[in-house]
Amino acid sequence: MWDYTEKVTEHFKNPRNVGKIEDADGVGEVGSLACGDALKLMFKLDAEGRIKEAKFQTFGCASAIASSSALTEMIIGKTLEEAEQITNQDIADYLGGLPNQKVHCSVMGREALEAAIYNYRTGKKLDKTLEGEVICHCFGVTDKAIEKILRENDIHTVEELTNACKAGGGCGNCLPELKKIVDRYLKKTAAPEGKAPMTTLQKIHLIEDVIDREIRPALRQDGGDLELIDVDGDTVKVRFCGACSGCIISEVTLKDVVEARLKENVSEDIRVEEVR
Amino acid sequence: MRTIYLDNNATTQIADEVREAMMPFLTDLWGNPSSMHTFGGQVKKYVEIAREQVAALIGANDPQEITFTSCGSESNNLAIRGGAEAMDKPPHIITSKVEHAAVSGPCHYLEDRGFRLTKLDVDEKGRLDLDVLRREVKTGKTLTSIMWANNETGVIFPVGLIGEIVHEFGGIFHADAVQAVGKIPMKVSELPIDLLSLSGHKIHAPKGIGALYIRRGTQVKPLILGGHQERGRRAGTENVPYIVGLGVACNLAKKNMEEENTRVKALRDRLEKGILETCSGSHVNGDLTCRLPNTTNISFDYIEGEAILLMLDDRGICASTGSACASGSLEPSHVLRAMHVAGVSVHGSIRFSLSKYNTEEDVDAVLTELPKVVKRLRELSPFVA
Repeated sequence: MWDYTEKVTEHFKNPRNVGKIEDADGVGEVGSLACGDALKLMFKLDAEGRIKEAKFQTFGCASAIASSSALTEMIIGKTLEEAEQITNQDIADYLGGLPNQKVHCSVMGREALEAAIYNYRTGKKLDKTLEGEVICHCFGVTDKAIEKILRENDIHTVEELTNACKAGGGCGNCLPELKKIVDRYLKKTAAPEGKAPMTTLQKIHLIEDVIDREIRPALRQDGGDLELIDVDGDTVKVRFCGACSGCIISEVTLKDVVEARLKENVSEDIRVEEVR
Repeated sequence: MRTIYLDNNATTQIADEVREAMMPFLTDLWGNPSSMHTFGGQVKKYVEIAREQVAALIGANDPQEITFTSCGSESNNLAIRGGAEAMDKPPHIITSKVEHAAVSGPCHYLEDRGFRLTKLDVDEKGRLDLDVLRREVKTGKTLTSIMWANNETGVIFPVGLIGEIVHEFGGIFHADAVQAVGKIPMKVSELPIDLLSLSGHKIHAPKGIGALYIRRGTQVKPLILGGHQERGRRAGTENVPYIVGLGVACNLAKKNMEEENTRVKALRDRLEKGILETCSGSHVNGDLTCRLPNTTNISFDYIEGEAILLMLDDRGICASTGSACASGSLEPSHVLRAMHVAGVSVHGSIRFSLSKYNTEEDVDAVLTELPKVVKRLRELSPFVA
């Protein structure tokens, strides 16, 4: 018997915003029948760009249904920029917490929201398995998805990681690889406090590294690319090439992909400018 | 709210007769059966009566073939670990992919210690291929452990045929009969079975008591050492009240066997038929022709088992599910996966298991509430148009 909070039980028994929006602005679908849970999230914006309506359909357990219901309540009234800030931990907190083994239900909520916003901005379906290398084949979890989970949750063991994103919960073949990833992450984040600031040279190397590992592969899927032109203090200048140059959403790509990744991996103070 | 209990393969209500029979041993007759004095020693005969009652239910020739244990899991461990380690050469361990963890656990334990382990597949109805069994058994001396009946689906295995094949090649056969005992008639003395596990709380005795049938001549190395009790096979002062309770429960089960296979079976059949008629996209899992009379395992397409279970729970109905979400694992039941149950239904299975305490009203209640639950969850599901 799960130790669900009253709020989880209440949202499970009386889920809010169930259903479909016929002319939705954004639709996000994550999970599958085979995985045992799936969520379809739809939203519609008002004239000011705020989410005025959100609906969901969920196949899954009580906490999956409760997490979906909570998510719709949380995003209604928010702009997409505000909604994007919601982490899986926020969804769990809204419900008064989730049992450890059910954390992945809140992650499914956050991923559906991400997919719906991506769908609104690009008109495309977000395919997580194309982004990065698939580590867990049973549940189709990539290294990129795992890194995001590690950043957003206080995870110290592979078991906690499995609870959060299911990776490693099937055949178990990827468990050694997951252990390496978690250990590497913990080592990285456990760097002694008050360490010397990066030299300019170190910063440039790190920026190049992040562009190569995290940014370029994503752009190349859509036939685009970018070039690092200069680093001036915390200002990073880049030029889009290929399909990205002249793309109508290159502004979005610049902020949401390039700048966001560099902020995460290099420094919160990074600003990215496009050189045309 | 009335509790409608349809989860009897998990555990059962303690029968009044069992509790009453136990009471004297929890009050006045608390002596140690091994004592030399009359006060203690007088208790011993009740332990032996219980042994006879257990032997009678399973059709063992000699009550001394019954060893009392703490539970079905201990019986399985004693049979598999104790049985394998008592053989002159480490045997090839053969089992199936649909066993209870209390069997697969000790099998894997032996595998980790160098024993060869083979887990046999089942078909989509949960049946073993006896030709494959024969091929594996042929390879040398085996300890083969196959359940008599499956706890999730109720599918009954042909233990007579399995035992014959195992014996043909000099192996030892253990049947985990925890779910079969008390539900179907058996006469173990006439079957090629060397070891057989049973559990008290599945047949209206309390939790904390089980037994292992060890055919005369079969060697088993004890797991618990340090005493002469149970003829050296299981040290530890006898759990007299529970042993007495198990004996009475076996006696009751023998008397109620007819009812189990007529009235309880009819209730199960009506429940199953009613569900299939009222809930579209529902299917029974397992071999319908060879099944325990009290069990049905039904999958509901496009919805998830834990959600069904909790909505039933909200209406006072107790059942169980093979869904991943309910167990805390991420994979659905190993039994349904071994049977290759389709992706749309493997996560939405519910097991109803009845007992003599169930009534027509219980079945009516499920048939009223379950279709509403299924309809509600289908409304929530993105896979239903």
